[in-house]
Amino acid sequence: MSAPAQTRVIFKHIDEPGYTNDIECYLRHGGYETLKKSVQRPPADLIEEVKKSGLRGRGGAGFPCGVKWSLVDRKSGKPIYLIVNADESEPGTFKDRYIMHQDPHQLIEGTMISCFANNVKQAYIYIRGEMPEGARILEKAIAEAKAKGFVGQNILGTNYSCEIYVHRGAGAYICGEETGLIESLEGKRANPRIKPPYFPAVLGLYQCPTIVNNVETLCQVKHIADIGGETYAKTGTPGNTGTRIFCVSGHVQRPGYYEFPAGTITMGQLLNEVCGGPLPGRKFKAVIPGGSSAKVLRFGERYKGKRKVGADMVDYDWGVEDVPMDFDSLAMIGSMGGSGGVIVMDDSVNMVEALANINAFYQHESCGQCTPCREGSLWMKKISSRMVHGEARKEDAALLKSVADQIPGRTICAFGEACSWPTQSFLIKFKDEFEGYAEAKKTLPADRLTLV
Amino acid sequence: MNLKPETFQRIDEVITHYPVKRSATLPLLHLVQEDAGYISEEAILWIAQKLELQPINVLEVVTFYPMFRRAPIGRRHIKVCRTLSCALLGGYKTCETFQEEFKTTLGATSPCGEVTVDFVECLASCGTAPVVLIDETLHTNVTSAKAKEISAQIRAEAAARK
Repeated sequence: MSAPAQTRVIFKHIDEPGYTNDIECYLRHGGYETLKKSVQRPPADLIEEVKKSGLRGRGGAGFPCGVKWSLVDRKSGKPIYLIVNADESEPGTFKDRYIMHQDPHQLIEGTMISCFANNVKQAYIYIRGEMPEGARILEKAIAEAKAKGFVGQNILGTNYSCEIYVHRGAGAYICGEETGLIESLEGKRANPRIKPPYFPAVLGLYQCPTIVNNVETLCQVKHIADIGGETYAKTGTPGNTGTRIFCVSGHVQRPGYYEFPAGTITMGQLLNEVCGGPLPGRKFKAVIPGGSSAKVLRFGERYKGKRKVGADMVDYDWGVEDVPMDFDSLAMIGSMGGSGGVIVMDDSVNMVEALANINAFYQHESCGQCTPCREGSLWMKKISSRMVHGEARKEDAALLKSVADQIPGRTICAFGEACSWPTQSFLIKFKDEFEGYAEAKKTLPADRLTLV
Repeated sequence: MNLKPETFQRIDEVITHYPVKRSATLPLLHLVQEDAGYISEEAILWIAQKLELQPINVLEVVTFYPMFRRAPIGRRHIKVCRTLSCALLGGYKTCETFQEEFKTTLGATSPCGEVTVDFVECLASCGTAPVVLIDETLHTNVTSAKAKEISAQIRAEAAARK
């Protein structure tokens, strides 16, 4: 079966010749028409459309957006805040960058519709510190939108007012975790908050109800407000509606971003047809399907079980290539769809060295407040990097796994899971390579690619 | 605090974006660092006073976030992405090339004072790996050969300034 055609909704104008990121260009392409329609509707209707759409958050967790919004405490009388999570930092993910750089008004329109729907008093765009250009583009875009009455006081002549400010991070991955992000926006270290309260929708920024949504999610909201939740839900598959953007990087012929109706493309179609397959003379070895914390998949392994198709339970027997790229299928085979960042490794890669690279990342980014994560991520890095640069021992495999097994479930935030899943999955799927590394190292070419 | 008048203006403006002054800690640190090059002891005390905080509240933020630095660096800051997707396409080689070109080591400023080369974690442009952020400009597909070209250009710009 050949791959479906790309359906570019969110990325409709990305890389389009002649399309610029100023408001005039956006308006020429029908920009802000959806906002004009939306402010004439009762806000509750818009929330209902988002619920009907089945939209799941595109930041990584895949949490239903409508549910998130319905948790907002609207009775407390406190102001409601909305934060755009533009702290795109999960290794392998690079979709939000292009939206903000090339089509910033799409994000601003989606944000304003979401703010209007939820009676938000003030919105912030929390953008990563490493995107200074993106921050400038957004600030310019907000000023343009404000001058036209799409943002600020009495939006489009209504009684509704809402400002958007851009807030820059400063290089900490943990700010992508929504409660860490809120702490950071309050001017503190980005230590994620203890749960409960489970959702910032109840107590968030300044202890007020707060909505935190990813950049792409808010762009999807704009689209939902435009075509309606029911129509939107017709794209994709039940439970995985709308389009999904995949960011493919690593060892493929054509890395890049590709947008498809959710759940309609398999890993094999994406990598072999859309991305042109492996590099010349190489074979795929492993793929991480949803950002570097997602559990790795090994080419050649099979996944078997029963799954629900409509009302029936059917057997499935998949290779990596057969797995549909949706949240549920990837969860079913023990990994996750996450942020859509697909990292591909071919047979030139030694898995011990690849894991050592990933471990160095998570060690660097642990916020340090929970002991299992702070110490565990450090030891996983130390052991894997010693294996590569110093002496490797056969028992390192079991040692690494035992450290990783003691982290998840014992930390305040999901970083504990994120930092241990790579080690756990690499050790399960490539156990032989870890146990045999001491021997293999003697014959590995000295001029091979350095990964750590 | 010795800063450009325009920086003071931007500082006063940005504080108004937040209902709680403390929220302006990161924006103020960015503005001061962009102007002064790094975060000095004086800057920490000044920001604390400006935002009605204790100096420790500012210091703990400076030490938490990797982008804030306590000492001056070279005129240009070369940040090479170290993370997996870039490493898979030669990011380490790219970083080595920059160090060789400017006769410097990781994290140190080159003898000419022109550049500081650093490794940083994922820059979120994995599809165009390896990537390098030089000051505020992202360079994509920076192979070792392209790193040499960029280095030559930096040297030429430095020579033109003299």
